[in-house]
Amino acid sequence: MTIKGKACIAGVFEHPTRKAVDKSVVQLHAEVAKGALEDAGLSKHDVDAYYCAGDAPGLGPLSMVDYLGLKVRHIDSTDVGGSSYLVHVSHAAQAIAAGKCNVALITLAGRPRAEGQATGTAPRNFGATADTPFEFPFGSATVNMYAMAAMRHMHEYGTTSEQLAWIRVAASHHAQHNPNAMLRELVTVEDVVNSPLIADPLHRLDCCVVSDGGGALIVTRPEIARSLKRPVVKILGAGEAVKGQMGGKVDLTYSGAAWSGPIAFEEAGVKPADIQYASIYDSFTITVLMQLEDLGFCKKGEGGKFVSDGNLISGVGKLPFNTDGGGLCNNHPSNRGGMTKVIEAVRQLRGEAHPAVQVRDCGLALAHGTGGSLGTRHGSATLILAKE
Amino acid sequence: MTVKERKIPSPTAYPETEAFWKAAGEGRLLVKHCNACGEYHHFPRSLCPFCFSEQTEWRNASGQGVIYSYSVMRRVEVPYVIAYVTLDEGVTVMTNIVDCDPEAVRIGQRVKVKFQATDGGPPVAMFTPA
Repeated sequence: MTIKGKACIAGVFEHPTRKAVDKSVVQLHAEVAKGALEDAGLSKHDVDAYYCAGDAPGLGPLSMVDYLGLKVRHIDSTDVGGSSYLVHVSHAAQAIAAGKCNVALITLAGRPRAEGQATGTAPRNFGATADTPFEFPFGSATVNMYAMAAMRHMHEYGTTSEQLAWIRVAASHHAQHNPNAMLRELVTVEDVVNSPLIADPLHRLDCCVVSDGGGALIVTRPEIARSLKRPVVKILGAGEAVKGQMGGKVDLTYSGAAWSGPIAFEEAGVKPADIQYASIYDSFTITVLMQLEDLGFCKKGEGGKFVSDGNLISGVGKLPFNTDGGGLCNNHPSNRGGMTKVIEAVRQLRGEAHPAVQVRDCGLALAHGTGGSLGTRHGSATLILAKE
Repeated sequence: MTVKERKIPSPTAYPETEAFWKAAGEGRLLVKHCNACGEYHHFPRSLCPFCFSEQTEWRNASGQGVIYSYSVMRRVEVPYVIAYVTLDEGVTVMTNIVDCDPEAVRIGQRVKVKFQATDGGPPVAMFTPA
């Protein structure tokens, strides 16, 4: 069985807030749910499936379905960090193809900024996992794990800080047009490499923002999507993978995208060269570079050259990416960027991105998420979407 | 001048890894070896992650290795060097590089184990230039 063409993304909503001092997490979930349903032209009574990840309070679907007053016959609380929501889209498409549901609602929300979290630099204690005693005492945080991946990439392939900086420069070119983006100022390669080092070789401007907010998606069957008054965005293919330390044979030079990408491309029946727009997870600049290589947009080790000279800037380069400004400039709600990756890909395929960054005749897009840590273990999820 | 020291959190010992932490307390670094497939692995498990055999046993590691990757964490109260070190036995372990100039740390550098006290628990294996 394939999910190719069996389901569509009919509704999307990105919360405009970037700092939610006076709202609870559950309230933000509800607001994005309402927003996505309104975008689709559906009501909450149409929803018969609900998906969320670890950012939802309590026991996920139990707390949320009750709060939202839903009646569902399919649920999924797969939590693979920031990549969860791309996995949810794939699982919703599978459930729809199998006749298990008709209208799936996926929500994400969080308020790490209002809560003052030191998202990147605080060592992460994962509790009673077998790996924690062998990592947490050494100060394994988010930023220094990605930094070790960057350091090794530089060592093996000669990648430079200036090349990584181009990723942030491209994101800023897009964010300047997004009134909701946290960082709208255009930056140069020099600005990035001259910003303070957080964890070598990553500078402050190599890191994504910490923001509040959220987003939601509606996945439904094509007959329903076509009956609505919105452009139809079909799901062509999906892939998912988990990559870890491989029993101690640690290899930081590639990500799980090397596994999830080919699965998605094969199912969709398209090649990387066919993709007109890509949403690429951008927790850090190195995340983007490695995923682009692993997804096959360039050869392994040539990501530095590929991202340079504005190649990711819409209207300038060959592969426009993250035209909302991405996690590097726009937002990274709940420290989980997968949701907004899907939302901007849908906007591009609908022709509803900001006119200054809209890809002309955008018919085929990719969204990819990396959740967890490139330096230890992470989930990878790839989606290929098309305009009908 | 007082040099601030980073407090090292105590690692939790589970039944599966009690022997590892007991040995660490005696200044010995252990690594798990599978007698069925012949592979070393890390972090230690009771089941071999390569072949799922229960025939895993603790071996004394040489305590020598090479830096695979590292990063100097700077935006914290007490900067530190986190690293992955590939032991001569072949497994790569997360650690800190200590007792050296952080600016001089390099990938490929030879290092040797140095056990460091933790906050109320067994010591953990850190590394220093060999």
